[in-house]
Amino acid sequence: MFLAWRELIFARARFGLMGGVVALIAILVVLLSGLSSGLVNDGVSGLQRLPVTAFAFAEGTKTDSAFSRSTVTADQAQTWKGRDDVADAALFGNTLVNAKATHADGTETPIDLALFGVEPGSFLAPAGLGDEDGIVVSQTVLDEGVNIGDTVVIDRLGTRLKVVETTGDQRTFGHVDVAYLPLRTWQRIHAGAGPDDEVREGAYEEATAVALRARDGKEIDLSGGDAAAGTTSMTLEDSFGASPGYTAEISTIVLIQVFLYAISALVVGTFFTVWTIQRKHEIAVIRAMGASTGYLMRDTMIQATVILTVSTAIGFLLGVGGGSLLTRTAMPFDLEAAPLVLAALLLVGLGLAGAAAAVGRIVRVDPLAALGGQR
Amino acid sequence: MTTGSSTSPRPAASPTAERGGLLLENVTLTLGDGDATVTALDDVTLEVAPGEFVAIVGPSGAGKSSLLAVAGGLTTPDSGRVLLGGVDITRASGREKARHRREKVGFVFQTGNLIPALTALDQLRLALDLAGRGSDPRELLDRVGMGHRAGHRPHQLSGGERQRVGIARALVTRPAVLLVDEPTAALDRARSDDIVALLAKQTHEAGVATIMVTHDHDVLHHCDRVLSMVDGKLSAEE
Repeated sequence: MFLAWRELIFARARFGLMGGVVALIAILVVLLSGLSSGLVNDGVSGLQRLPVTAFAFAEGTKTDSAFSRSTVTADQAQTWKGRDDVADAALFGNTLVNAKATHADGTETPIDLALFGVEPGSFLAPAGLGDEDGIVVSQTVLDEGVNIGDTVVIDRLGTRLKVVETTGDQRTFGHVDVAYLPLRTWQRIHAGAGPDDEVREGAYEEATAVALRARDGKEIDLSGGDAAAGTTSMTLEDSFGASPGYTAEISTIVLIQVFLYAISALVVGTFFTVWTIQRKHEIAVIRAMGASTGYLMRDTMIQATVILTVSTAIGFLLGVGGGSLLTRTAMPFDLEAAPLVLAALLLVGLGLAGAAAAVGRIVRVDPLAALGGQR
Repeated sequence: MTTGSSTSPRPAASPTAERGGLLLENVTLTLGDGDATVTALDDVTLEVAPGEFVAIVGPSGAGKSSLLAVAGGLTTPDSGRVLLGGVDITRASGREKARHRREKVGFVFQTGNLIPALTALDQLRLALDLAGRGSDPRELLDRVGMGHRAGHRPHQLSGGERQRVGIARALVTRPAVLLVDEPTAALDRARSDDIVALLAKQTHEAGVATIMVTHDHDVLHHCDRVLSMVDGKLSAEE
């Protein structure tokens, strides 16, 4: 501690420059973390907020097209419902549509909606769902200027729906706002039937997937259920990959973050390598004076801990400050505590790993070099 | 001399017996390997009593630095024994040797070799931090005439001042042995004489066994004994 502090103060310009780089990286990490959380929320918050453990799709369904391609039947839902480890199972319909919202004053707003067809009164249904033409929308729909009581007309079909309630929170799917509607209405729309059209046979028996809820404290035997019901099921988390664009977006951001962590660790490692080489003669003198290598390594690790903690804290404060301005824009940006804490720990931890790799050089400094006239 | 008081502030009890000085016994050291081996120390025996100031002169490459390295536990000799303050350190592990160095040895290097980040006072405090014990650093700085420069860093000090701080740093842990490597290499004549006089005075006052390696024949009159080293062999100076 004795030497660490005094060297930090003495070489404050050098340490400050390196700390500045780490702080800038920390800002980027915060912004990416916010973007990542924002994209997750924009992509799958509609799914996250469903009280669902897993989805059973049509047999052979691939993850990336699950919600758009799959069709299951009421019989399959019944089979799932009869299984011991399933507390409840219900048909779930999912379709993306374009629509127009007509306001009380006659003006119109074009909106995209992710229609979630659920049986009113089932465990999936939000409060307020019941009327055949009544929809319950994500709070984000109201943010776009649509009001409760407005009429929503589905393009091409002309189906008229009425906004009766909001969920009060953000529920989006594939960057599109969610609107819950009764399963029967969803089945008509999904079958392509307008208000006056006949619905083709069997349409009222179908939905996209069977939503499953496990009994408390139990895991659902997915493969056993699949065999019995003739479905392909996946957990709720796995089904996020079926949200349009979700996997590509998240993996891009994760890749950038991995690079940032690697850059940060390398910068810190390089700095402490150069710092150790610069002080080679000094380290030889201190070792000749009887310092153990542990004493000198501890010294450098204290310096690394101080500089990493301080610069990460500064970077995070600036990042969160700047980021909070972004949360009010249309950008999918949400600052969440858990991923930020994880990112801070990673940044400091990997920086320390970089420094630790550099201090190994201290062992190789020969205290004999202190004798003679190198200076 | 610019040292403070002339009366020694050290306790009157004889430090001589409890510390025991330095003993090198039939020490041989070969450097290099294969065809290029050099006998740096050839059956060297040397005893320095506590409070004795011994100078070793000789041409470059005669083995003077090797002698300091072996005496200070930086290099392990091929044969022979090294006793520091009555303790045999010859076969000690690297970790033990480091402990003996910080507790029993004080090094004074050619140009002071001070730590750039530390003030004069902190140079002494670092040595105390390592050894875990020692004397009052401020008082010692006063005794080497550097009390008024306690808050200055090495780059703010002259060559002679750096060397004074270096001497105080070596003595602050109350070592049994003081090993001095060419202390006047970077100093002019008047300053050289001051520095070696200071070393002699501190050696006698602190009761430390001091070996000084030097090229500088003008300062030898301060020393109790002068030895000459040629091709790794030690002999009395005529």
